[in-house]
Formats: sequence, C-alpha cells, structure tokens
Amino acid sequence: MAFGPYFLLASLEGLVTAAVLALTALGLSLVFGVMRVVNVAHGEFFMLGAVLAWAVSTAFAGHPSVGFVAALFVAPLVVGGAALLSERLVLRRLGYDPEATIVATIGMLYIIQQLALTFYGADARPVQAPFNVRIQLPWFGYSGYKLFVIVAAIVLILAAWFVLTRTKIGLVMRATQYDRETAQAFGIPVDRVYAGVFALGAMLAAVAAVLIVPIQQAHYLMGRDPLLLSFIVVIIGGLGSLRGTVIAALLIGLSDGIISVFFSPTLAKMLATGLVAMVLVFRPQGLFGVPAR
Amino acid sequence: MTITTRDWALHLGVIAILLAANFLLPEYHRGVFSRVLVLAVFAMGYNLLFGYTGLLSLGHAMFFAAGLYGAGLPLYHLGWSVPVSFGTGLMAGIAVAAVVGVLALRTTGVAFMIVTMMFAQVFYLGTLYFTTWTRGEEGLVLSQAMRSVEFGGWSLNLSDPSTRYMLALALFAVVLLAMLWLVRSPFGRTLVAIRENEERMRMLGYDVFRAKLTAVVVSGVFCAAAGAAYGLLFGYVGSGFASIQYSILPLLWVLLGGAATTLGPLLGTLFMFYIIDYSSGVTSAYLLVVGVTLILLVLFFPKGLLGSVRERWLGWLP
Repeated sequence: MAFGPYFLLASLEGLVTAAVLALTALGLSLVFGVMRVVNVAHGEFFMLGAVLAWAVSTAFAGHPSVGFVAALFVAPLVVGGAALLSERLVLRRLGYDPEATIVATIGMLYIIQQLALTFYGADARPVQAPFNVRIQLPWFGYSGYKLFVIVAAIVLILAAWFVLTRTKIGLVMRATQYDRETAQAFGIPVDRVYAGVFALGAMLAAVAAVLIVPIQQAHYLMGRDPLLLSFIVVIIGGLGSLRGTVIAALLIGLSDGIISVFFSPTLAKMLATGLVAMVLVFRPQGLFGVPAR
Repeated sequence: MTITTRDWALHLGVIAILLAANFLLPEYHRGVFSRVLVLAVFAMGYNLLFGYTGLLSLGHAMFFAAGLYGAGLPLYHLGWSVPVSFGTGLMAGIAVAAVVGVLALRTTGVAFMIVTMMFAQVFYLGTLYFTTWTRGEEGLVLSQAMRSVEFGGWSLNLSDPSTRYMLALALFAVVLLAMLWLVRSPFGRTLVAIRENEERMRMLGYDVFRAKLTAVVVSGVFCAAAGAAYGLLFGYVGSGFASIQYSILPLLWVLLGGAATTLGPLLGTLFMFYIIDYSSGVTSAYLLVVGVTLILLVLFFPKGLLGSVRERWLGWLP
C-alpha cells in the first residue's frame, strides 16, 4: 500500500480516538472548570462505564443492539450515581480543597479499580457492536460502527454545547464557574450545582466508554490512558473552555493516531506528554485559554 | 532555633532502637524492616517538599527511579563498583531534580502536581522505550557477584540480611539527622514560612524561587539515595518503580505518619507495610486498603499520626 491509504486509515483511527477523548475530557474539563478540583478518578469512571456496558449487554440475550442501547442508558446513570455518592460523602466534606481532593480521588481510583478487579476480574472482555456494516472507502472498507462513534460524539458534544450556552442550567453552571460567591449571593444553590457537575462529568466519561467498548475491550486497568490523555487535552485546550477542549482532542487524537501508525506508540506518548508538560510550564492558561483575572 | 537535647535524645533513641532491632527481630520482620528503612528515606525526601515546603508533587517516582537506574545501569552494563554506582545514582538524582525543579517551579498549585506527574510519566515511558538497556517491565537483576563490595582485604556481602539491615539503617540515620538539622536550621524555617505565606516571604525580600529549587533538589537527592540503595541492596531494577504508583505511595506514607514531622515518614511507611502485609493475609484486595486509608486519612486525620500527637501533646516535635 502507498502512503495515501495508510494516511487515511491513520486519520480515521485518530478521529475515533479524538471523538471518545473529547467526550471524556469534556467531563474532566467541566469538573475542573466549575469546581476547581482535579478528579484523578475520572479514568476509573470511564472504566466503570465500560465494565457496566459489558455487564448490561451480556444480560440482554437477543440482538446485540438491544443490549448496547440499554448499556448506553444504564451505564452512565449508574456511574453518575456513584459519582454523586462519592461527591456527597467525600468531596463536600473536604470543602473542595484542591490538594485534599486530589488525595481523596486517588483513594477513589484505587477503590474503584480494586472493586472492578474483584467483581469483574482481570480479563479483557469484548462487547459486540450493535451493528456490523462495512462502508466502502476509496482504498478499503471501514467499520461502520467506528464512523457511528464519531457521529455520536459530535452529536453529544453539540448537545453539551447547547446545554452550556443556551439553557438555564448552563447559565447557572457558568455563573458558578465565573464567581462562586457572587453566584451564591444571587441565590444559586452552588452546593447542588457542584454535585450535579461532578455527576455529569462522570457520566460523560461513562458514555464515552460505552461507545468505545465494542472497539476496545473492557478491562479493569483501561482507565489510565484516558485519564492522562484527558489531562493533556484539558491543559492544551485551556481549562473550562469547550471549544478549546474539542480542538485539543482533535489535535491529540489525530496526532496520536498518525504518529502511532508511523512510529512507536511509546515514543508518541512520551513526546506528547513531554510537550504538554512544557505547554503547562510556559503557557499555564493553555493554548486557547485566557490568563486568569 | 537550635537542636535541643530533647531532639537529639528522641532521634538518637529511635536510631538506637532500630539498631537493637537488628539483633532482636525474627528473620522475616528484619527483612521487612530493611525495606521499610530504605523506603522511609524516600518518604522523608518527599516530606521535605510536601510537608515542610507545601509543594504537592505527584512525580517523585521519577527521583527514586533516577537513583535506581543511575546506580543500577552502570553497575550492570559497565561493571562499576557499588560505591561508585551509588554515587552516580545520587548524581542522576541531582540532575533530574534540578531540571525538573527549574521547569516545574514556574507553576504553582494544581498545575505543579500535573506537571510533575507528566514529567514522571515521560521518565517512566523512557524506561520502557529504552528497553535495550533497561529491559523495561521485566527489569534487571543485579547478581550477588556484581553487588559485592571489596576494600582493604575484606568484602561486604550485600545480600546478607544483617549487612543489608545495617546499611539500610546507616542511610536512614544519616538522612534522618540531616532532616532534623535541616528543619531546625534557618533554611528549614524559610521553607515552612514559604508554605504558610509565599507572598509575604517574597515581600520580605527572600528569594522564594531559589529556596524552593533547593528544596526540590535536596528532596530529589534523598529520594535518589533511597532508590540507589534499594537497587543495590535488593538487587532489582525495574520500570515498575518509576510508575505513578511509586509517586503516590510516599504521599500516602507521609500523610499517614504526619506531614512535616521528621519521624512521621518512618512511622507511616512501617504502618502501611504492616497494614498491607496483614490485610493481604485476609484478602487479596490490597489496593482497596490503600484507597480506603487515603480517603479516611484525608477526611478524618489530615495531620497523620505524629501530626496529631504534636497538636495534642508534644508541641516541640520537629
């Protein structure tokens, strides 16, 4: 094969990565933006979503699409519930102190990982794709499901954008992000907004996981890479900026896909991580962010 | 503030008890203690930055691993002697800490944690990438022959349990007394003042960046010393020690024992080792124990064991 087909394949794979990454990172970015805390357990919510997707889809006999659709609803709800619970039981009591929250979410990371290992096991397990269509492209046939993942992510991100910028809920969230105390003075229940945002962030990760799990198997350690990549995306994109997050996810996803096809994946990750650390050192507000007031 | 007789008595007393433990402890527990002593040095290095200076780093595995590889690689590939390898381990620690410090200290707060974590991740991936020399996850086994020390006619066998314990204790004692001296020195007070109010220190004319950089480098050297000693004493160098888990463990140990206390890291490391040791007999879910401990500590015991003791009863504890 010549360069062209390879490049197209790498770009498509990169787009799938970018789509899932954008959703996951959006969750992290919301939590960071509104609550000003880093959720280290975010990758584990992703993993929990994938594992639940496996559990739900195997519980339904029939056509794989039935189980998949059920998983698409059940997994985010359960993960959101778990996040809500941990927010009420732990984070609120810490008063959202940034450092204490990091330590506590590291604790959650270990707990969720261990529970998954105990109840789900150490095996990677596949989930069947809801449909099996190949779409013929110029050089090769490509999985229709992967294209569906890209479209679904775009739809979900547009929905998130709509909620954030065009609805009352979004207004309340943005007000809390902009100035917590003034928002409270205007009667916004900041405490409940925090709980909701934390749950919503986890749910976004879970949805992303349900979408990816027919492509990538569910495994109890699968939360690590999404966590690190989401960090990278959120930092490059600028904290709390939806547009920045999406652009950064595209940038990282595509370059990861393309570099991984042509070079060693370890080298790709090394370079990406190092570069992002440098971005944070020399341009702390991110590439698209605005400096803090 | 100078080191009082009380301080000396306490710290030398602890060292004396540990010395006696070499002859009193059963074989298995002596092995555990040797490991704990070396890892406590790691925790003390972490504590200097986290406890006293107030900088939460999530990348200290990088400094530990710099010592580990800095000592292990020349010993394994070039056949350098043990003392020289230990020295190169320390050098590697200084170099890595200085570079990381200069870059990471440009950020503060959460960004500092993320930057240190990412540098550590680059280091970890590096140990996997250069697998020709490091053998990645599988790691290098430093044989007993490589690790024997000879000078002046008599030789030292590093895999002998008693020798190993004594060397671990020697390193621990040196670092413990260095920590005591540091925190009682004007420099130590400066670090604590920076932790409490960085802006005011800057206004008073202190060079805050230089003080913090010194703290990072000293912390890095202690951690590298622990890493080098760990590799040389236990004969294994692997990339697992550079993973994120080894950045979180010292945080856990220090939080448990008490941040900003000289003896807290030892207590925390010892406690955690035995908690895991005991719980692994009951359940295989040791990560669950680590996670629950972290959350409970941060919720109900944010000052740790010695921190609480100091708050309630012994205000003079360094």
